[in-house]
Amino acid sequence: MTQIRYKILLLVLLSSFGCTQQDPSEVQASISIGGISGKELAQEQVLRIGNGAEPGSLDVHLCEGVTCSAILRDLYEGLISEAENGDLIPGAARDWHVSDDGLTYTFYLREDAIWSNGDSVTAYDWEYSLKRSIDPKTMSSYGFILYPIKNAREITAGEVDADSLGVRAVNNYTFEITLRSPTPYFLGLLTHSQSYAVHRPSIEEFGTEHTRPLNMTSSGAYILSEWVVQSHIKLVRNSNYWDNENTVIDEVWYFPTEDKTGELSRYRANELDITSSVPTAQMNWIRDNLGGDLISTPYLGVYYFGFNLLTEPFKDNFSLRKALSLAINRDIITDQVMNGGQIPAYGWIPPVSGYEQQSMAEASWTQDEREAEAKRLYHEAGYSEDNPLSVEIMYNTSQDHRRLAIAISAMWRQLLGTQTTLVNQEWKVFLDTRRAKQDTEVFRGGWIGDYNDAYTFAELLQCNTGLNDQGYCNARYDELVKLAANETNLLARAELLQEAERIMLDDMPILPIYFYVSNYLLKPWVGGHETNIMKHYRSKNYFILDH
Amino acid sequence: MIIYTAKRLLGALPTLFVLISVAFFMIRMAPGGPFDTDRTLPPEMEANLRAAYHLDEPLYQQYGRYLSNIVVGDFGPSFQYKDFTVTELLWTGFPVSLRLGIASIILALFFGTIAGCFSALRQNSKLDHLVMTLSMMGISIPTFVIAPLLILFFAVYLGWLPAGGLGSGGVVNFILPTVSLALPQIAYIARLMRGSMIEVLRSSFIRTAKAQGLSIKTIIIRHALKPAMMPVISYLGPATAGIITGSVVIEQIFGIPGLGRFFIQGALNRDYTLVMGVVIFYGIIIILFNLCVDIIYAYLDPKLRK
Repeated sequence: MTQIRYKILLLVLLSSFGCTQQDPSEVQASISIGGISGKELAQEQVLRIGNGAEPGSLDVHLCEGVTCSAILRDLYEGLISEAENGDLIPGAARDWHVSDDGLTYTFYLREDAIWSNGDSVTAYDWEYSLKRSIDPKTMSSYGFILYPIKNAREITAGEVDADSLGVRAVNNYTFEITLRSPTPYFLGLLTHSQSYAVHRPSIEEFGTEHTRPLNMTSSGAYILSEWVVQSHIKLVRNSNYWDNENTVIDEVWYFPTEDKTGELSRYRANELDITSSVPTAQMNWIRDNLGGDLISTPYLGVYYFGFNLLTEPFKDNFSLRKALSLAINRDIITDQVMNGGQIPAYGWIPPVSGYEQQSMAEASWTQDEREAEAKRLYHEAGYSEDNPLSVEIMYNTSQDHRRLAIAISAMWRQLLGTQTTLVNQEWKVFLDTRRAKQDTEVFRGGWIGDYNDAYTFAELLQCNTGLNDQGYCNARYDELVKLAANETNLLARAELLQEAERIMLDDMPILPIYFYVSNYLLKPWVGGHETNIMKHYRSKNYFILDH
Repeated sequence: MIIYTAKRLLGALPTLFVLISVAFFMIRMAPGGPFDTDRTLPPEMEANLRAAYHLDEPLYQQYGRYLSNIVVGDFGPSFQYKDFTVTELLWTGFPVSLRLGIASIILALFFGTIAGCFSALRQNSKLDHLVMTLSMMGISIPTFVIAPLLILFFAVYLGWLPAGGLGSGGVVNFILPTVSLALPQIAYIARLMRGSMIEVLRSSFIRTAKAQGLSIKTIIIRHALKPAMMPVISYLGPATAGIITGSVVIEQIFGIPGLGRFFIQGALNRDYTLVMGVVIFYGIIIILFNLCVDIIYAYLDPKLRK
């Protein structure tokens, strides 16, 4: 009798799962989107976004990284904004004028732009805000992005007073910025949260607590309604926003979703409309089951291995560096190892606007040709099967980095007989080791551009700059990049940067592997989405279709 | 009893002091710093930040400053979550962790005790083997495997429960995390209860009760349950503290804003003040729970009070 009871219980449990386990794609297909016309809007215009990590700050001048920037784009509006496709368009400034010498930018502000509390957004707000952004007292760690503004670096270094920054309110609605040197990408910088205006009275009244829901006064399409750290951030429409009439989404919910698998589950359970990314290991399943929702779009970033040029075996050994680069089959890496639509990289700078992408000569070779040349150069560098190279690949702890390092070490071993050791370190330890340039040989690197311009990549490989952990230093490269920084003719500037990149690729301080793509999921009922290489999206452009 | 409690509390202060000191120097010795990113900051900017957070002072001076601040309850600002003080973050995370932890331990206690009792009553029967096999599985299978499976069935396929997040803080959001966190504890308590109950059932006073013709239900509830629960109770103190402080994985998987996530994120980002705040908070919780267990023991065994 007892046995029969257990069996019945088991059957009930199994059948309850079995009956309800529907293929999610079937469920998806059975939902009608947009009603009969296909364009009908849902009654509830609520957008729920998986946003990756918890934002560090919602103070525009303290925000670092993509997670807070995404939210701040909804809360504030820069002088310059971006269209859905990433093109620069007027934001808080309805128009602007650049002086002939490229040093003075005059912005004519919208007179209908008002803060969420009803105050007008004036040129004095912009003057105050940019000064605050650079002021050491603000403790910003990304203020250097505004170093092109006159005296910005000197103020940070404490050499001159914060008031001497090259910004000036000419009158209520005319604002002027003076640069230290012509900076053709400067307008792009003004889309960055570091250059947003803040509401002075709120900051003076609430101090560091001005980012709390009841204290925050913002100028964008939304205002902050709730913020529970590590739980959610809720935004609601700002009825004072100048373009509120064309805004459709009423509420935006941002959820911290560090765990990619957890984020996927929440998406499948219809708790999220957009994810921040997808788990790489589940790409095939996602393509098979959620293929229609998967967005795969180029992202302004490069993944590479750096060579430590200051120590053996890569110091003064171009042939060896080149051999290792040629021995990699990038197509296998992007198609089979990463499997996320990444683009094989034979150059340093991803496809950016106004720049002709540069590549190493072998980009047009067949893999057989590359491998034959790799073997030749390997021998030329003094290594052979009897005297193989022993090398260490260092990367920060991550399954994806590990998988890629294993694949590359296998390629090197198979073709050249190289003996490779893999070393992983926790992120901050890794940064420390990489920066010291003493214990590294080959190390993992990646960089996402700050703005859509080749310069954001080119500047990094100058001698002694922030990301140059290779110890690379070529005077001609530095000279060309500096010339480009001051060149106002866009064509001539692009040519200078292209020449610099060619020189750098010939020196081979880095081994480019792939250009990033951004993979994420988007529910079919979310309308208004258009991809852009910066992955800069604004909720005001979206709408939710009936479903 | 009051004197005993006061003595124990005073005795805990040096422990806490050692904990703070060791944690302070260990986190400072870890390679990397709070302002390290892919791209090195311009030196003048890094110098400003270090000065603002007093990181440019000698370590002993920072230590002294930190001690004097925490005496007055000031844990300082968070390096990572710049808009909040550490105290604010602790008071955001603690109620969530506490709620999750207490709910899990109650669930574990209830089901673990019942399963253990039934198993003991039918020792070596198929039911006993089933319970013990399940409990062994519960102990062996990690929560990061069980939790996603529960999410898959109950949130994705059945759509009965949320897959993650706190939502509006309703009970429904806590069900899956609580169950995931409780399952290994249910298994452990069931095994503990079974062993203890078997031992009690073999005691002479139970034999006497049986000889008096009492029903098995009365024997278990009135006579056997209390003594059999003793090992479970002694396990509850550290288990509750462990659950409250150790729900990191569950919080991460379910996206729940508990203390554990702050601890992990704080450590990874070298958020010195946040890590220290959570360590001190955890230290106090563990000390308090152990103290509670000791007090209960002292209450049950007067010899310990002397």
